[in-house]
Amino acid sequence: MSGNMNLTLKVWRQKNSKATGKFVTYKTDDISPDMSFLEMLDVVNEGLVKKQEEPIQFDHDCREGICGSCALMINGQPHGPKKATTTCQLHMRSFNTGDTIVIEPWRSVAFPVVKDLAVDRSSLDRIQHAGGYVSVGTGGVPDANEIAIPKTIADEAFNSATCIQCGACVAACKNASAMLFVSAKVSQYALLPQGQTERYERAIAMVNQMDTEGFGGCTNTYQCEAECPKEIKVTNIARMNREYFNAEFLKDKKA
Amino acid sequence: MLNSKIPAGPLAQKWSKHKFDLKLVNPANKRKYDIIVVGTGLAGASAAASLAELGYNVKAFCFHDSPRRAHSIAAQGGINAAKNYRNDGDSVHRLFYDTIKGGDYRAREANVYRLAEVSVNIIDQCVAQGVPFAREYGGLLDNRSFGGAQVSRTFYARGQTGQQLLLGAYSALNRQINLGTVKMYTRSEMLDLVTIDGQAKGIVTRNLITGAIDTHSAHAVLLCTGGYGNVFYLSTNAMYSNVTAAWRAHKRGAFMANPCYTQIHPTCIPVSGDHQSKLTLMSESLRNDGRVWVPKTVETAEKIRKGEIKAKDIAEADRDYFLERKYPSFGNLVPRDVASRNAKICCDENRGVGKSGLAVYLDFADSIKRLGQPAVAARYGNLFDMYSQITDENPYESPMRIYPAVHYTMGGLWVDYNLMTTVPGLYALGEANFSDHGANRLGASALMQGLADGYFVIPYTVGDYLATIGPAPVDANHPAFAATKKEVEDKINTFLSLKGTKTVDEYHRDLGKLIWEYCGMSRTAEGLQKAKQLVQALKADFWKNAIVVGANEEVNQCLEKAGRVADFIELGELMIDDALDRNESCGGHFREEYQTPEGEALRNDDDFAYVAAWEFKGENTPEELHKEQLIFENVKLSQRSYK
Ligand SMILES: Cc1cc2nc3c(=O)[nH]c(=O)nc-3n(C[C@H](O)[C@H](O)[C@H](O)COP(=O)(O)OP(=O)(O)OC[C@H]3O[C@@H](n4cnc5c(N)ncnc54)[C@H](O)[C@@H]3O)c2cc1C
Ligand code: SF4
Ligand code: FES
Repeated sequence: MSGNMNLTLKVWRQKNSKATGKFVTYKTDDISPDMSFLEMLDVVNEGLVKKQEEPIQFDHDCREGICGSCALMINGQPHGPKKATTTCQLHMRSFNTGDTIVIEPWRSVAFPVVKDLAVDRSSLDRIQHAGGYVSVGTGGVPDANEIAIPKTIADEAFNSATCIQCGACVAACKNASAMLFVSAKVSQYALLPQGQTERYERAIAMVNQMDTEGFGGCTNTYQCEAECPKEIKVTNIARMNREYFNAEFLKDKKA
Repeated sequence: MLNSKIPAGPLAQKWSKHKFDLKLVNPANKRKYDIIVVGTGLAGASAAASLAELGYNVKAFCFHDSPRRAHSIAAQGGINAAKNYRNDGDSVHRLFYDTIKGGDYRAREANVYRLAEVSVNIIDQCVAQGVPFAREYGGLLDNRSFGGAQVSRTFYARGQTGQQLLLGAYSALNRQINLGTVKMYTRSEMLDLVTIDGQAKGIVTRNLITGAIDTHSAHAVLLCTGGYGNVFYLSTNAMYSNVTAAWRAHKRGAFMANPCYTQIHPTCIPVSGDHQSKLTLMSESLRNDGRVWVPKTVETAEKIRKGEIKAKDIAEADRDYFLERKYPSFGNLVPRDVASRNAKICCDENRGVGKSGLAVYLDFADSIKRLGQPAVAARYGNLFDMYSQITDENPYESPMRIYPAVHYTMGGLWVDYNLMTTVPGLYALGEANFSDHGANRLGASALMQGLADGYFVIPYTVGDYLATIGPAPVDANHPAFAATKKEVEDKINTFLSLKGTKTVDEYHRDLGKLIWEYCGMSRTAEGLQKAKQLVQALKADFWKNAIVVGANEEVNQCLEKAGRVADFIELGELMIDDALDRNESCGGHFREEYQTPEGEALRNDDDFAYVAAWEFKGENTPEELHKEQLIFENVKLSQRSYK
């Protein structure tokens, strides 16, 4: 079953990280409003392959808004027009027939383009290698209910833990800052009793790695919060700044 | 020939005794051993981190750009553990019993008991890592009852238990990456297994960015590569989930067990059109408060399908709450296989709803009346939102439409009690192996099994093998590496030469339809025989007529898909053979010829209480069946009854 929406797509095509890219225009006239945005691209791709042309590359996997793979800049908005929605959960009924849709990759020096619309977000992994964990090994840990955590704290930590590492916050930010992402990670551990022992080293290590990766600084425009599909709050950033300053302070005292 | 290596002794002591009997690797020697872990979902990430902590050199691989994106991330409902925090009568033995029974007596007692035993450690481990499980106001962990279990043993993290557990395992993995004990290769796809003298010694991978084909050597290889549900094209699995790693290992000597055991989940959002790329699961917990029904008559259903009337226009007396009617004691909470099959029966009777007629209702009207809309929203709000986002319908006002969808594969690589496959040195963990769920998996048990395998089983069992072979380095220049690499390159070149007229996705869709029709929720010998011919024809056509564009030395999604779909086609044929061989019904495998007078699955324990393990014998040659008899010493086999 195909539909009858007419669309003009302006899609960023770039062969690899070294090549220069350009917009290519595609027209489609058989899109159903029930399709997801990515299913619409599937239809376009199937048409390209039929003509022995290379399909448009984009990251995706779960198509349920949880893996954080999908990452499209749609008409200048990360993940498109719908609030609190990932690209994969956006449906074509959010658009009108006759629309022109501009589709680009995330743009940031810390996210080099891999091909077309797919970017390399391994910088976000490396920030977590630097300290995004509690140093416990497998085995020899206390019974789970020996650590009681007040529900309000647990819920607050959970809110931070819902980040899906998509990078929309970076794409939305004029400085390409990763503060929202990093602060969500730092907050989860800073709030929980399990994270206390390494609390300050963690904040320093992760912030330093964030700087090394080339992400920009935060100038409090909060576009990140507006575009985050999981509605991560900028209060996390304030918390991380506190953590970081306390950590620096303690480090100076020790020195 | 198949030796399951189940330890002797009483059930409850097998694992402790076995752990004591296993050989240990001297701590100073551990760093001389290299271990390859393919896949970093729950099973792989937990294994890689735990083995690195022990001191082994670990090389971990995944095709994702980050381990955190593995399919495990999508699990919603929860994870079981026999903690008995509720004081409601749970115990290791009860979890063991429920799992064996739920699997319709087609799993190994010893493995299942061990799983139940270590389940309690998993929760402790995850909490120590900072996994934010749901808590009560007193600050202690909350539980819920899940999938019809009579006790509350499921731990959960809102509707995203999988993401939170995976982030826990991923954080443990990150710590080891930072310490330099794990080298992580992302966007790397394993395309073959290297064996030397029949033992696993390495893998061949393709770098998905550059196309570079590389070989990696190790003393042992662990496949933690997930399930093969995407053989059906449409499933609740993530789009990239595939069977390639397991299948290529199968072709190198690892037996494939019970491939026809697949789980079809009853509560998924129905297909809306041909463009559909995947199916979305609606958590099983919905059945706690929703009532499943279809119109009593074909005429009423017809009117619904044409849009002449709406669900709420149908009077109570004209509705058939078929699960409540047929199974008065379990009602809407019957196990997944039973719920799915009954939905199919109604739709086959032409009483299905929705435009396509391939849906039944899941109705919350009574619960909303009883509990009030806010209470229902508090329990299921996020699921209701997801439903309306996808369907553009409001489930608070009209019943949800649901239909069964492929969800999980109980079959997988055959492993012994140590999780070793039939290839020495090659292990399989998580959904990739066949081990613990028999013919049907209980809800919230896959996460448990993946983490049990990774955190608490493999760290013990792999050492036994390593101590036996010794720490001498693997010869990375052995000709087997170059030879296997060459085979991989040749295969890639063959794919790239396909310049036909049909896309790989079209083949995948055709395959999916065929397997769903003939080897899905219900099967017949006649249908399976027909399917075998169809799948062979599809395969022949694929190698003539598929289109693969582009080159190897670049990101090439056509090439990636072609490899995976070619393997799915071959697997599909084996699933059909397996389903044909099993002349009984059990769990998710329902053969229409074998049913009780009431239409329930009819097992044949005398002839089929075995694991079917298939051996690859060469291209286009029938596989050879090996049988591992299942011996039940601690449970009495009975007909499952949910009446
Ligand atoms: C929608 C949904 C909801 C679910 N909910 C629940 C639930 O509530 N409770 C429950 O217990 N279970 C649930 N399950 C089942 C459960 O999520 C899975 O069975 C489990 O997570 C599988 O984990 P895994 O580690 O074995 O594999 P996966 O998480 O699938 O990981 C596979 C890994 O292997 C890698 N890989 C695969 N092939 C290759 C290759 N060739 N080369 C390199 N890398 C490769 C991938 O990159 C990935 O890292 C659910 C499943 C679905 C589909
Ligand atoms: S904070 Fe939000 S936008 Fe940023 S990575 Fe996490 S989920 Fe994505
Ligand atoms: S594809 Fe997983 S979040 Fe969109």
